[in-house]
Amino acid sequence: MNEVWIFAEQKDGKLRGVSHELATEGRRLADSLETGLAAVCLGHNVQGVDQLVALGVDRVYLLEDPVLADHNEDVYTTCLVDLVRQHSPQVLLAGATTLGRSFIPRVAARLETGLAANCTGLEIDPQTRSLLQTRPCYGGTLMATVVCPEKRPQVATVRPHVFKKGPSDASRQGEIVRVDFDSSSVTSSTRLIDVIEDMGEKVKLEEADIIVCGGRGLGSPKNFDMLSELAEILGAALGSSRPPVDDGWVPYAYQVGQTGKTVSPKVYFACGISGAPQHLAGMQTSDIVVAINEDPKAPIFDIATYGIVGDLFKIVPLLTARLRQANA
Amino acid sequence: MEYFLDEQQVTVRDLARRIAEERILPLRAELDEKEEFPWEIIKELADADMFRVFIPEEYEGLGGRCLDLCLVIEELSRACGGIAISYAANALGCLPLIHHGSEEQKKKYLPQVASGSRLTAFALTESTAGSDAGNIKTSATRRDGGYVLNGTKQFITNGGEAEIYTVIAMTDPSKGSRGASALVVEKDTPGFSFGKKEQKVGIRASSTRELVFRNCTVPEENLIGREGSGFIITVRTIDRSRPGVAAQAVGIAQGALEAAVDYARKRVQFGHPISAQQAVQHMLANMATDLEAARALVYAVARNIDSGAKDFAEAAAMAKVFASDMAMRVTLDAVQIFGGAGYMKDYPVEKMMRDAKITQIYEGTNQVLRNAIALDVLKRRAMRE
Amino acid sequence: MNVVVCMKQVPESVTISGVPQGTASVRPQGKMVINPFDMYALEEGIRLKERYGGRVTAISMGPAEAEEALKEAIALGIGEAVLVCDPILEHSDTLATSYVLARCIERLERPDIVICGRQATDGDTGQVAPQLAEQLGLPFLSYVSRIEDISDGRLTAQRLVDEGHQVVQVSLPAVISVVKEINEPRLPSLRGLMQAKKAEIPRWTAPDLGLDVSKVGLDGSPTRVVNVFVPQRSQQGQMLEGSPESQVDQLLEKLRDAKVI
Repeated sequence: MNEVWIFAEQKDGKLRGVSHELATEGRRLADSLETGLAAVCLGHNVQGVDQLVALGVDRVYLLEDPVLADHNEDVYTTCLVDLVRQHSPQVLLAGATTLGRSFIPRVAARLETGLAANCTGLEIDPQTRSLLQTRPCYGGTLMATVVCPEKRPQVATVRPHVFKKGPSDASRQGEIVRVDFDSSSVTSSTRLIDVIEDMGEKVKLEEADIIVCGGRGLGSPKNFDMLSELAEILGAALGSSRPPVDDGWVPYAYQVGQTGKTVSPKVYFACGISGAPQHLAGMQTSDIVVAINEDPKAPIFDIATYGIVGDLFKIVPLLTARLRQANA
Repeated sequence: MEYFLDEQQVTVRDLARRIAEERILPLRAELDEKEEFPWEIIKELADADMFRVFIPEEYEGLGGRCLDLCLVIEELSRACGGIAISYAANALGCLPLIHHGSEEQKKKYLPQVASGSRLTAFALTESTAGSDAGNIKTSATRRDGGYVLNGTKQFITNGGEAEIYTVIAMTDPSKGSRGASALVVEKDTPGFSFGKKEQKVGIRASSTRELVFRNCTVPEENLIGREGSGFIITVRTIDRSRPGVAAQAVGIAQGALEAAVDYARKRVQFGHPISAQQAVQHMLANMATDLEAARALVYAVARNIDSGAKDFAEAAAMAKVFASDMAMRVTLDAVQIFGGAGYMKDYPVEKMMRDAKITQIYEGTNQVLRNAIALDVLKRRAMRE
Repeated sequence: MNVVVCMKQVPESVTISGVPQGTASVRPQGKMVINPFDMYALEEGIRLKERYGGRVTAISMGPAEAEEALKEAIALGIGEAVLVCDPILEHSDTLATSYVLARCIERLERPDIVICGRQATDGDTGQVAPQLAEQLGLPFLSYVSRIEDISDGRLTAQRLVDEGHQVVQVSLPAVISVVKEINEPRLPSLRGLMQAKKAEIPRWTAPDLGLDVSKVGLDGSPTRVVNVFVPQRSQQGQMLEGSPESQVDQLLEKLRDAKVI
């Protein structure tokens, strides 16, 4: 029986959170298909591969080489395609990260198979045994379930944070298969010249467990400082809805929504955000949504877990102060 | 109302509306507050070919029709009267060249204006001469194959920002208004400088400055028409530009009416939106009716001009008087409907009220225009006797 | 410089009817517009033409009505446009679509750069650009936020990635997808609009492009949509009442109970 595969993305030698989530979800799918679960990991000096086994992976195909340290998408595409051709998995899942959304479509195209992007739900159809891939479209106002009936593997990118990392079992046995990588056999027409970490030392939006997000209700760029303070004390990432970005208060990299980033943290604080459908599209799968807005009719309250109608210039500093007291 | 605009006019109007809504609306309050010239918008208008609208096709324009220009001015004014006049003043500055300039002058200047790369302005008013154009003190004395200008122009729209000025000056002061001539003076000509920038009640995004000429020499070929034709060029120019001021008034009033209707529907008092009050409804009805009547008159006059008619001065004056008085009433009523909020800078109607006022004043006060209209009315009756 | 911009016509908005979790239907509402992300691609294409000379061509695959979108592109300053239009192309998924676009591009004068928007607002997949690169056998750069330089057959660009930005160099020809940060799209000009009204947009069919019909339309698409539904959105929310102090205290208690802070 052909395996279920996950692509275990690493960054600077550390596995990304979504790799753990995929291990757990992949295990569940492999169990329903009564088959094995394998992970493919490309990188250099990758730490914590055992953790994948502990979460349910049976076999890890590990390719390590200095060339693979950075996400060179040309090389990654070639390596993954080669491995898939050798082993013919029936399912291939990857995180819908920048990397995943850029190179997995190329992998699927080269294999001439189907792909469902940014999935938020995966199930095995009991009749056909094929993968039911559910994903948002039309800015998240609609969900579509997609199948790939004939071509294999069935490939999906999966939105980070949607699936939860399950319990790990350190005693679980698995196999680490080191795959030879011949760097002279791969060529790339792209070259990484520089990395500008202009999100600074701050927590990355895509990886954050908690996000503090501000909207037009903040009124002016300097009021983002107030949110920064709250974010800092929570260890949260700072985000923005579209209007502050359009007005140049914060860079585009902060934007959450259909035209920005898609996030799914444990807690999402929406401060002064009315909740346009395009914004909801980027954050509505958050576990807990806290909405603070002075307009009780703001649509953000329709999806909020906890809503506070009030002046965010009172509520937010108070929240920061209380958390600071608690930490002290 | 359906005005049966042709395809080009619909295109012109729709694009002007898009620019107004997408680019001007977000900036208008700030430009008004800071009295800042709208260079960013001017660039957008130039890129969109809006400066070509009032230039004839032979000079890289799109035909130079009066109605097309009025449509642009109206749409821009609906968002901001100050930005609209910064645009419209270019048409005014060009009119002497278009209708009285030599072929060489047209070929030299009009394509530059059409592309929006150089702005223009018209300079008539002085501290002692506005409607009384015969009392101009700025002199242009012939010397060594050129003219030497001395004097000060006042309240010149686009002053300082424009690069091409059509200036009315006395070449022969002994002849009174028959001694006036029109000359092109380019920015950076030695002896030409700018006085203070005026602080205004309304149309604050536009620039209004003094032009100061001290032994400023321009070459002979900068004379528009012939010596002594300055007064008639002025009269003809302003007759042609008055529908533009009227269109500005219509646009400002349209913006105010829309804001008032939206507010009246939203504002709840005694459990109902104030739009349910008949007192408010009648105000809105009067505003809408006056506005449509003004628009119909402005478009009719513009079409009359575009038909090649010669005799449109009276109708153009009527359109300007009627539309500007209408705009003042409509914007005042809009502020009234907004109540206390209308008096606050957080809402746009107080600016519209401030902007509307100038349309009753410039390019001939409504009083001096009524004199002219009355004269025509009486003359016609007298001629039948 | 020879640039091709790929674009799609999408509904400005849609009406979705259906109960949560039940089969839904989608109806376009309002007018059809150029996919908003493609506006950035078009703008960048026009800027490259202005900066480096050459030509910029917009292509789209879609129904006959998509001609309007291509005319809009011409009004913005795109020189030429081609519509790939054939009933057998309907229901193509991203793999089939990228195959068709690739064959269309191969028919044009060889481009130096193919520019796509990062995704279309209807399907939201963001897959066509990378798959098009594969179909053309060209390198691909996603999420480009700034083109820094083009020289010696190489493009240097900034990309928006999770950490911030990367500066990457790619050999040309290449396919790139752009994000909104890259530019501010211009409005059309009057002369552009008038030119667009008169423009004849060539329409290429499957036979014109010599397409393998087994690779297009529903038959050529490996994926099938089996169900569309409205997401279950509202987790019954709770409004926290009282003074600001009390609201904040209630909130912190809830979050602590949920063990998230």
